[in-house]
Amino acid sequence: MINSQLTWLRKNLFNTWYNSLLTVVCLVFIFWALHNVITWTTTQAQWAVIQVNLRLFLVGRFPQTLYWRAWIVLAIASVLFSITSGVVFNKQNFNKLGFAIFAFIYSGLLIFLPLDFTSRIWLLFIGALTLTSFWLSQKFYKTITPWLSPLWLLSFPLIIWLIGGGLGLQTVPTNLWNGLLLTVLMAVVSIILSFPLGVLLALGRTSNLPILRWFSILYIEIVRGLPLIGILFLAQVMLPLFLPTDWRLDRVIRGIAGLVLFSAAYMAENVRGGLQAIPRGQIEAAKALGLKTPLVILLIVLPQALRAVIPAIVGQFIGLFKDTSLLSLLGLVELTGISRSILAQPQFIGRYAEVYLFVGLIYWLFCYSMSLVSQQLERQFN
Amino acid sequence: MTNDKPPIWRDYRFWQITAQFVAVFLAAILVIILWSNLSRNLQQLGIKFGFDFLKQQASFDIGETPIAYKATDTYTRALWVGLINSLRVAIAGIFFTTIVGITAGITRLSDNWLVRNISLIYVEIFRNTPLLLQLLFWYFAVFLSFPKADNKISLWGFISLSQNGIELPWLSFSPEFSALLLGLIFYTGAFIAEIVRGGIQSVPKGQWEAARSLGFKPGLVMRLVVFPQALRVIIPPLTSQYLNLTKNSSLAIAIGYPDIYFVASTTFNQTGRAVEVMLLLMLTYLTLSLTISIMMNLLNRTVQIPER
Repeated sequence: MINSQLTWLRKNLFNTWYNSLLTVVCLVFIFWALHNVITWTTTQAQWAVIQVNLRLFLVGRFPQTLYWRAWIVLAIASVLFSITSGVVFNKQNFNKLGFAIFAFIYSGLLIFLPLDFTSRIWLLFIGALTLTSFWLSQKFYKTITPWLSPLWLLSFPLIIWLIGGGLGLQTVPTNLWNGLLLTVLMAVVSIILSFPLGVLLALGRTSNLPILRWFSILYIEIVRGLPLIGILFLAQVMLPLFLPTDWRLDRVIRGIAGLVLFSAAYMAENVRGGLQAIPRGQIEAAKALGLKTPLVILLIVLPQALRAVIPAIVGQFIGLFKDTSLLSLLGLVELTGISRSILAQPQFIGRYAEVYLFVGLIYWLFCYSMSLVSQQLERQFN
Repeated sequence: MTNDKPPIWRDYRFWQITAQFVAVFLAAILVIILWSNLSRNLQQLGIKFGFDFLKQQASFDIGETPIAYKATDTYTRALWVGLINSLRVAIAGIFFTTIVGITAGITRLSDNWLVRNISLIYVEIFRNTPLLLQLLFWYFAVFLSFPKADNKISLWGFISLSQNGIELPWLSFSPEFSALLLGLIFYTGAFIAEIVRGGIQSVPKGQWEAARSLGFKPGLVMRLVVFPQALRVIIPPLTSQYLNLTKNSSLAIAIGYPDIYFVASTTFNQTGRAVEVMLLLMLTYLTLSLTISIMMNLLNRTVQIPER
C-alpha cells in the first residue's frame, strides 16, 4: 500500500530533478497561500455582512410576504432541470459520486446558510422533489421525451407570472426584482429571446440572397466589434430616443433588449458553425425528394445544425450569465448591483473582500456546474 | 398553343429578387421610422445633431494624462487622452496575458501532478466568474486595502505596493491602471490557457515520439516541434481573445480608469450628445478590432503550412 503511494509520488512529483524542484516550489506556494487564506477567513474577515444580507443577495427587495412565489419558481426550475438532465443522461447509470457530491453540497447549504425554519423546509422539499424527478425521468425517459419542449415552453410564462404577478396575483414591479433572482431571470430570458434572432441571422449570413447576406454580416460584425457595455448603454439610453415619445420602456426590459441584441450576433456565429457542418449531401438529398428550400432548412438542416451547437450555446449562456453583471453599471440591482448597495450600508463599509468573494462564489457555482454539463453534453454527442 | 415560359410567379428567381426587395423596403421603412422618432425626440430635448461640441471646452479633469491635458482643453483632446489610455492597457494587456496564458496552458499538461492541478484551479476560478467582479475585487479589495504610500509593502526590494499603485524604480502605475491590467491579464489568460492546451493536444502524438527518438530533450521538443504546429490551431481563437481583451478594457469605467469609454461617457453626460458619442465610440472600437484582426491574420499566414 505505502509502496504504491511511493511509486505514485515518484512518478507524478519527483520523476526528474526539475520536477522535484517544481514540486517543492509549489508546496511552498500552496502552504503560503493556504496559510494566508485560512488566517484571513477565520480571524480577519467579518462574515456578518453576508449573514445579515443573505436575502438581499438572493432576492433583493422582493416582498417578503410573497416569498412563497419565489420558492415555487425555484421548485419548477429545479424539477425541469432535473427531468431534462435525467432524459439527456439516461444512458448512464445513476452516478453515485455525483449523487454524493449533490447531497453533500445540498446538506451543507441546508445546515450552514443562515436561513429561517420555513426556508429550510422549502429547501428540503425542493431537494427531495429534484431527486425524485431525476430518478423518475431516467426511468421513464421514453415517455417523457416528447413532453419536454412543451413543458419548458409552458413553464416560461408561468414563472414570469409567478414573479411579476398580475392576472389575480399581486403585482411586483420590476424594480423589486433584484439580486440573484434578477441575474438568473435576465440571463435566461435573454438567451431564449436571442435564439430565434440568432438563427435568422445565421440563415441570413449563409443565404445566397446577397442583400440579406450583407444585412446580416453588417449587423453581426458591428455588434461583435463593440464592447458589451457600449451596447447596453445603447439600449439603456438610445433605445428610448429611437422609440415614439409616449413609449416608456422599463429599465429591466431595456437591459434585456441590450443583452438580446448583443447575444444574437454571437448566437448567429455559433449556429453558422453548425450550418457549415451539415454535409451538402443532406441538402441535395432533401431537394431531390422535392422539398422546397424553406422546408429543407426547417426539417433537415436546422435540427441537425442546432444539435451540433448545443455545447456552444451552453458556453454562450455561461458568458451571458457572467455578462449580466455589467448591468450593475447602468443602475440595475442584480447580483453585482445589490452587492454595491450592500457595501454602501454604513456598518459594512470597506468589507469589499467578503462581499465580492461571496458573490464570486455564487457566480462560480452556477458557471462551473454549467460548464460541467456542457462537457458532458459534448461527450454525449461525440 | 403551349407557352415555353412558366408564369412569372412560378419562377424561383422572381421570388428571390422580390424577397430581397421586400427586405430592403422593410428595412428602409424601419430606419425611416426610427430616424424620425430620433429627430423628433432630440428636437424635444433641444439637441441638434452635429460634431461641433468636440471643439468646446471639456472642463473635466482626467486622472491619468499620457499627453499634456488640462480641463480647459477641448473634448477632442480629452478623447485623445482616453484613446491613448485604452491603447496602453490593451497593448500591455495583450503582451502579458499571452505570457500568462501560454504558461498556464503548458503547465496544464505538465507531468507534475501539483503543477498541473494548480494551473487547473487557476483556469476554473478565473474563467467562471465575471470579469467585472474580478476588476472590482482587484481595485477595492486588493489595491485600496494596501497601506498608505508612506508605509508601502516592498517585494524583493525593487517592487513596492501601496494605495498609490505599483512602483518600480523606473516606472509607476496608478492603482486604477494596475487593477484593470491585472484583472484583464488573469481573466483573459485563463481562456488563452484552454486554447493553448487544446492546440498542443491537437498535435499528433507521433510528432512527440519522432522528435524524442531523434534525441531532443522534452523542452526542445515543445519549442521546436510541437508548439510551432500548435500555433496553427491556436492563433484564430487567440485573435478573438485579444479582441475581447481590448473590448473588455471598457470596463475601466467601473474602477475609474480614464479610458476612451470613460471619457466618452463623461462627454455624453455633459453634452447629452448620445448619437454622436456612440458613433465615435463605434468607429474607435471597430478600428481597433480591425487593426488587431489584420495583424493577427498576417501572423497567421506566416505560421500556416505553405501548400500548393
